Amino acid sequence: MFGLIQGLSSIAVPFIILFIVVHGYLNGVKVYEVFVEGAAEGIKTALKVLPYLVAMLLAIGIFRSSGAMEIFTAALRYPASVLGIPQEVIPLVLMRPLSGSGALGVVSEILKTYGPDSFAGRVASTMMGSTETIFYTIAVYFGAVGIKNTRHVLPAALIADLAGILASVAVCRIVFGYH
Amino acid sequence: MINAIWLFLIASGVVLAVFKGTMEEVSAAVLGSVSSSVELFLGLVGVMALWMGLMRIAEKSGLVGTISRGIRPVMHALFPAVPPNHPAMGAMVMNVTANMLGLGNAATPLGINAMKELQKLNPRPSVATNAMCTFLVINTSSVQLIPATVIGLRLAADSGNPTEIVGTALIATTVSTLAGIISVKALQRLY
Repeated sequence: MFGLIQGLSSIAVPFIILFIVVHGYLNGVKVYEVFVEGAAEGIKTALKVLPYLVAMLLAIGIFRSSGAMEIFTAALRYPASVLGIPQEVIPLVLMRPLSGSGALGVVSEILKTYGPDSFAGRVASTMMGSTETIFYTIAVYFGAVGIKNTRHVLPAALIADLAGILASVAVCRIVFGYH
Repeated sequence: MINAIWLFLIASGVVLAVFKGTMEEVSAAVLGSVSSSVELFLGLVGVMALWMGLMRIAEKSGLVGTISRGIRPVMHALFPAVPPNHPAMGAMVMNVTANMLGLGNAATPLGINAMKELQKLNPRPSVATNAMCTFLVINTSSVQLIPATVIGLRLAADSGNPTEIVGTALIATTVSTLAGIISVKALQRLY
């Protein structure tokens, strides 16, 4: 099953490229020139995103390296137990919205410590597959077009994140049994 | 709000470092984060060029229009302020499709492209529109169908059944996306 999925995603990209280019050519698009035009635009946009990347990674780097994570994990122990979230996955709950690579590290740590087929391991895997890196995405997407006032994006994204966390715990309880 | 959180991450980190004696680690993280943002940027430049080049072809050939025609009613309900034939619709559809397929590399450039199209409809260029907020929340709530990276991690950790979390993740991600859409629509009046 996994081999199939991996195989599919590794052939998907070359085929998508082939399909777009052939489809464009057959429809009279000057594929080479148009591609270069779009690519130039892409490079300009990436440059616009860089300052936002620096700002975000800086703040997240300081927060993580200070050991603040442990303190907030301890602080969240009670609310988590009220909500039925296993103690073992609290670091992931904190890390997931902040950093994708950080969250990946936390998940592999949980899988290693408690086992991938433990309740914590299953909940952590489900959470990782059902939530996203919030701050990075907001910074990059809004940075690219120069939006300063992000309005209600952050509260709404955090509500969605919390819903994903609670749903992960609930679904794992139902599917894999009560713990 | 993003200002407050940015300040909070930095301030709480530095203050805690004083008490926990982790100042050296924090100093190292400052320099490390700066250079890793440049590394990330270098990775991004290439894929941005690739996917925005391809998107330009797909737009001109009418491929984007064909793909987005199918889910036009859903898109119109989610983004009532965006005209149905506007390029922003096609760009958003391409981004969500890439996200669903787990093509993270392609999704970011396509999403940024969609934001640029949405920005053309924005009367106040520094303030996010409702459509932008809705689009972003859909993005941050994850719509991936198969979480390949996690399956890989589980496989590496010798799980008896690495793919058993595909179904649970799909249900959880549907719940979070729905919660995101409901809250973004409910909150848009308040901000």
